[in-house]
Amino acid sequence: MTVANPLELEPGLQPQGWLRYLSFSLDHKVIGIQYLVCGFLFYLVGGALAGVIRTELASPMSDFVGRDTYNEVLTLHGTIMIFLWIVPVVNGAFGNYLIPFYVGARDMAFPRLNAVAFWLIPPAGLLLISSYFLAGAASQSGWTAYPPLSLTTPAAGQIVWILSVLLLGGSSIFGGINFIATVLKLRRPGLKLMQLPMFCWAMLGTSILVVLATPVLAGTLVMLSFDIIAHTGFFNPSLGGNVVVYQHLFWFYSHPAVYIMVLPAFGLVSEILPVHARKPLFGYTTMVYSIMAIVVLGLVVWAHHMFTSGTPPWMRLFFTIATSFIAVPTGIKFFNWLATLWGGKIALNSAVLFSCAFIFNFVFGGITGVALAQVPFDIHVHDTYFVVGHFHYIVYGGSVFVIFASLYHWYPKFTGRLLNEDLGRLHFVLTFIGFNLCFAPQHWLGLNGMPRRVAEYDPAFTTWNQVSSVGALLMAISTLPLLINVVVTAFRGPVAGDNPWNALTPEWLTSSPPPVENWIGEAPLVTEPYGYGEHPGGFDLDRISGRDLWSSGKS
Amino acid sequence: MDTSLQPVTTAQPASEEHGHPDFRLFGLATFLVADGMTFAGFFAAYLTFRAVNPLPEGAIYELELLLPTINTVLLLVSSFTFHRAGTACRSGRMQTSRRWLLLSIALGIAFLAGQMVEYFSLPFGLTDNLFASTFYALTGFHGLHVTLGVICILIVWFQARPGGSISQDSHFGLEAAELYWHFVDGIWVILYGILYLL
Ligand code: HEM
Ligand SMILES: [Cu+2]
Repeated sequence: MTVANPLELEPGLQPQGWLRYLSFSLDHKVIGIQYLVCGFLFYLVGGALAGVIRTELASPMSDFVGRDTYNEVLTLHGTIMIFLWIVPVVNGAFGNYLIPFYVGARDMAFPRLNAVAFWLIPPAGLLLISSYFLAGAASQSGWTAYPPLSLTTPAAGQIVWILSVLLLGGSSIFGGINFIATVLKLRRPGLKLMQLPMFCWAMLGTSILVVLATPVLAGTLVMLSFDIIAHTGFFNPSLGGNVVVYQHLFWFYSHPAVYIMVLPAFGLVSEILPVHARKPLFGYTTMVYSIMAIVVLGLVVWAHHMFTSGTPPWMRLFFTIATSFIAVPTGIKFFNWLATLWGGKIALNSAVLFSCAFIFNFVFGGITGVALAQVPFDIHVHDTYFVVGHFHYIVYGGSVFVIFASLYHWYPKFTGRLLNEDLGRLHFVLTFIGFNLCFAPQHWLGLNGMPRRVAEYDPAFTTWNQVSSVGALLMAISTLPLLINVVVTAFRGPVAGDNPWNALTPEWLTSSPPPVENWIGEAPLVTEPYGYGEHPGGFDLDRISGRDLWSSGKS
Repeated sequence: MDTSLQPVTTAQPASEEHGHPDFRLFGLATFLVADGMTFAGFFAAYLTFRAVNPLPEGAIYELELLLPTINTVLLLVSSFTFHRAGTACRSGRMQTSRRWLLLSIALGIAFLAGQMVEYFSLPFGLTDNLFASTFYALTGFHGLHVTLGVICILIVWFQARPGGSISQDSHFGLEAAELYWHFVDGIWVILYGILYLL
């Protein structure tokens, strides 16, 4: 039985031009851009909130905003950055744009579900932000919403927070189902799993985590809302409930969630490096097994967030060992990237700079992570700024750096125009210095006992906090060259040509931007997406890519 | 020399070109895995509560077994009747199929009625203690699934009418509802074991 291709339905009803980006479009490329732009707008909001946090922390007293407001800002910042920026962008934006190309398809397996998944996000995000104004007070219990704190802070804001996160979780699950079906079922005939570009494996692994872990968070939040609205006592100690059960369920989702944020970034970097180093991706097979190992291990390490929550010794032992084991597949990937770069003809453009900085930052965050997995050390620094430093090296230094790298790499694909390199390098330098200035000192602060999530601190910590705030200011400034670059280039940037990087992965073997159905003719069968440098006299892109089949697809 | 990229010129049949095989059942199965994880979370919470949180004086875990056991049988039989409906539809006996569907609906409604009777005869309410809350959350969440299932079967029954959209050659709706219904029944068996027998 076949299903009609939805792109063929209702011809003429789908808006054209820029209006289609505001429509319920079923085109995976439009949906990808929708995710990207929507995510970026939320990133600006989350960034402004981070600005409030760092301004407050520039002095030891809470003198910029009140303490309750600080807690609201902190909660909104974390929730927005995770659920409305990184998760939707690394999965929804790049996943939707690239995966159909990589499997040689004209769209995702379920285009309508795809559009629904995207359109859940803007209302959920606006709901979350509006709780600050509408409900009297936004949620104040952090992105973790631990009870009993979340049971005693203002109820309306907390309920809105739960509702919003449930919607975003639903969106994420729909997306995950779509990616699994697309990668496993929609591959072009003749294309084998082990011939797919690495990003497909990353998205497959991520989506497995999404499907297995997100529903547990949803169930947990429903129980939490019962505690708030109906006064049940699941997580309320004064009614005989158990807060540690909440923590277990929450981290059963939220540790995998950190991989939901970083595995797609691994995949994207694995696409970018070979193109600009003109070398095949090193160790394809080990890379695939590493991703799958991370998926399996990622599901059994959650209690490393709970070493101070009265966990029994056997549990500490198990979760320390399991967590430390994750360093093995992660390390394999790290060395594979280095080996990919090794001896390559590296073009040091903005995409590569951000990718290399990612490797650097991620290794640092990985090392502090392994340190945190050791109980004796973690008990010392749990809930201090050391943890804040650790995860920002990974979520910002890792995922966000990769989002920027990907933007420079794929912008010509999206628009047909090349971003300006000088502005790109300025953006890179400002971001890299600002980022390290902001988050490196936080490790030191944490080691010396500065607790996280508090608006005030011991004046002895002032200097390093001010350094950190200066770093944050630099990061804010670094957004300007990016914005200018993206907007100006869209209108008058140099035309890139269809394949400015001479890349071999399938998304480049069509026009830029691509036609509605991705290829005018048959999708090319790309069995060696990383075949760089394997043809001594250089390769003849015209001959092997089937340009004759697609050059008429200029739109 | 073997080149890495080969344009493939062999034309595909037109139906493959602008459409693709139906993966909706695969998608539904993936969704049910996710849904199953929600239940798994609830079960894990319940078992942990039970293991480490003592109940207040006088509260009990023991539940009346007769009604839920009858309910379990009802659901299992309904899985069988739905299976018969599916077989009948696939072999083109639509009238027979619709009769089996009606029977499945009746069994589903009987289950829900039994659940209601149980709710009203229990000696505890939602907020009485941890066990009571978890009991209602688990059975309630499952009951929602059964309700949704009954509605789905009703729709399928309607669509399977002569001239309706479900027929021998096009029965995705029926198969989806069947898969879902078996899932809901399977969850109930686990729930029955953990909640009533343990
Ligand atoms: C080598 C791999 C990693 C290890 C061994 C590791 C270990 C840890 C440990 C033990 C903690 C708990 C610290 C505490 O609260 O006392 C932690 C916190 C955290 N990690 Fe990692 N981590 C790793 C990678 C990652 C990655 C890849 C991400 C994100 C993409 C990440 C994000 C986080 C976040 C967000 C927190 C803090 C959560 C919170 O309490 O708000 N980590 N990590
Ligand atoms: Cu973790």
